[in-house]
Amino acid sequence: MNIIVCVKQVPDTEEIKIDPGSHSLIREGIPNILNPYDGYALEAAAEIKDKNPGTKIIVVSMGPSHAEAVLRECLSIAADGAYLVTDKAFAGSDTYATSYVLSQAIKYIQKIEDITFHAIFCGKQAIDGDTAQVGPELAEHMGYSLATCCLEAEEKEKELIVLQETEACRKLIGVAYPCVITFTKPDHDPRFPTFKRKIEARKAVIPHISAKDIEGIDLSCTGIKGSPTKVKRIFVQTGRKEGVILEEENIEEITRKLYSIIALIGEEEKTG
Amino acid sequence: MDYKKSNDLWVFIETKENGAVNSSGLELMNPGLKIAEKLKGRLVAVLFGDAVEKAVREVAEYGADQIIVAEGEQYREYSADIYAAALSCLLKKYAPAGILMAATNNGREMSPRAACRLKTGLTADCTDVGFDEETGCLLWTRPTFGGNLMACIICQNHWPQMGTIRPGIYKKEKMNKEHVDVIREAVVLEENIDRIKVYETMYEEKITVDLENAEIIVAGGKGVGSAKGFQMLEDLAKTLGGVVGASRGAVENGWISHAYQVGQTGRMVSPKLYIACGISGAIQHMAGMSSSDMIIAINQDREAPIFKIADYGIVGDVQVIVPALTKIILDEKRKKLCKRDK
Ligand SMILES: Cc1cc2nc3c(=O)[nH]c(=O)nc-3n(C[C@H](O)[C@H](O)[C@H](O)COP(=O)(O)OP(=O)(O)OC[C@H]3O[C@@H](n4cnc5c(N)ncnc54)[C@H](O)[C@@H]3O)c2cc1C
Ligand SMILES: Nc1ncnc2c1ncn2[C@@H]1O[C@H](COP(=O)(O)O)[C@@H](O)[C@H]1O
Repeated sequence: MNIIVCVKQVPDTEEIKIDPGSHSLIREGIPNILNPYDGYALEAAAEIKDKNPGTKIIVVSMGPSHAEAVLRECLSIAADGAYLVTDKAFAGSDTYATSYVLSQAIKYIQKIEDITFHAIFCGKQAIDGDTAQVGPELAEHMGYSLATCCLEAEEKEKELIVLQETEACRKLIGVAYPCVITFTKPDHDPRFPTFKRKIEARKAVIPHISAKDIEGIDLSCTGIKGSPTKVKRIFVQTGRKEGVILEEENIEEITRKLYSIIALIGEEEKTG
Repeated sequence: MDYKKSNDLWVFIETKENGAVNSSGLELMNPGLKIAEKLKGRLVAVLFGDAVEKAVREVAEYGADQIIVAEGEQYREYSADIYAAALSCLLKKYAPAGILMAATNNGREMSPRAACRLKTGLTADCTDVGFDEETGCLLWTRPTFGGNLMACIICQNHWPQMGTIRPGIYKKEKMNKEHVDVIREAVVLEENIDRIKVYETMYEEKITVDLENAEIIVAGGKGVGSAKGFQMLEDLAKTLGGVVGASRGAVENGWISHAYQVGQTGRMVSPKLYIACGISGAIQHMAGMSSSDMIIAINQDREAPIFKIADYGIVGDVQVIVPALTKIILDEKRKKLCKRDK
């Protein structure tokens, strides 16, 4: 089975700080990491390969040249090959444009690798934007079936069996090939890179794919120009007003106060 | 694209398998109405399902001028393939200016497919939607960069303008219109378009918790100290008629399953009351709960960031305060019952 995993390099949002004075994002020194959900997608692919060693796992990322770092990380964990899709014409893409470029790049990779992918694995969402849209839109551009928010996948002859998480339950579903599956955090931790793979990954040549490589790509659908949505304004939420701090020594007093606050909510419920 | 835009605003109403409406859709009717007025168009509710008569009557009570129903066996259970195909067909046919959908798992799965099919933009998981006077577009507001920033997004020159909105942000508000048009649409889809088979549905008790629609959440973090500590939170939640949630810190310690995790990589909630117990208030946690109506935080550390967004902050030990609070609520309840009996 052939799987392509879409991975994105993202700023570690845990490290992001807001400058309290200017209310702007402090970007300096924020490490870039592999989007954690894409790590889960790679892990799911690696588990399929554990059972079926004939499985081929390719990773692809669209982004600037330093995104090579996350591709190397994937190579050191489980991937057999990696491609970086990079071009000024792709910069500033929203999810619609990103998924279009990725769909074109994936078709191109199929051609040069001379294989077809049974499945495209994505993270459920990228932690910088949290849109969770690129996977489903990619499915649409490719005309593939789709399942989102999955934890595990198992290869069967005609379909992929996946464990999907919804608000209310978990479902075991069969998704016909070719398909796009997006992954969320499984119940176990993903594997780590091995030392041997790490050394190989460091030396690996990562081909770059640019707009001119992809025959027939419609550049009016890429980059800022090809993005239907525009960011009009960015602001720091100062929204919530600072609340009241209760610091009394007396537990009885604090809980009584809390009780009266909570009881008010209950009252509203009845009248509202 | 050939899209003769009308001024109508659509709201997509999800139904459950038994044909009942999901309240996350009804919540969008009120903001939808305000936008429809600005657009000088009608407010149209769209629903899919099987045996949805009751649902149609219910939706009619929330200010719809028109209700479009795609009804039939094939719509009983949600399927990304079928729902996305039918929705894009209807959007093409009626060409509304925009559509609001709830940011449920299903909503977030089918909306990008429909948007992509119509070659239009989509703004996901918004915490607000309004009308931008300057451009005449819908103005979508959503958190980004893990909740560190808010972005206002518009979709100009592409239609329909689409977005999903986090459940619980708006409150349902009944409003009857004099006349509601009901249109039944037999959307004919290609055969065998559903490429998904459901083999097994597992309603494990631990996952059936519906945090998104809960009105009261008692959430615990590392400060709760143990799985036993969560039992204490469970007791408080039960007393209040709420459910338990957790921070990643608690989940990573194995005290509670990931299904309960609130935050960027967990669930997005906005209950009437969120009680954060022993949670420091990391940005990723706050991304999932800062739109709660009221936040009460209990933490030993006066400097904990959670106090910055809490309406009421209690500096103290959860091990002491939580049981005391449960007790007082139970006592008061009992008192009330006694009074009533007399
Ligand atoms: C990509 C990414 C995604 C993430 N997604 C999420 C997410 O979705 N949800 C999430 O929650 N986190 C998420 N995190 C993790 C997040 O950054 C924090 O690490 C986590 O929220 C911390 O959990 P905590 O508040 O329980 O623990 P801590 O930060 O350790 O806080 C424990 C708090 O308990 C207090 N305390 C201790 N003992 C007591 C006591 N007896 N009584 C009262 N107070 C006490 C302490 O003062 C402290 O403030 C994510 C991180 C990353 C990198
Ligand atoms: N630039 C990109 N390159 C490769 N994959 C991407 C890119 N952007 C998004 N993806 C994939 O799409 C998923 C969802 O991203 P998003 O819709 O941005 O939340 C990610 O987890 C990745 O698997």
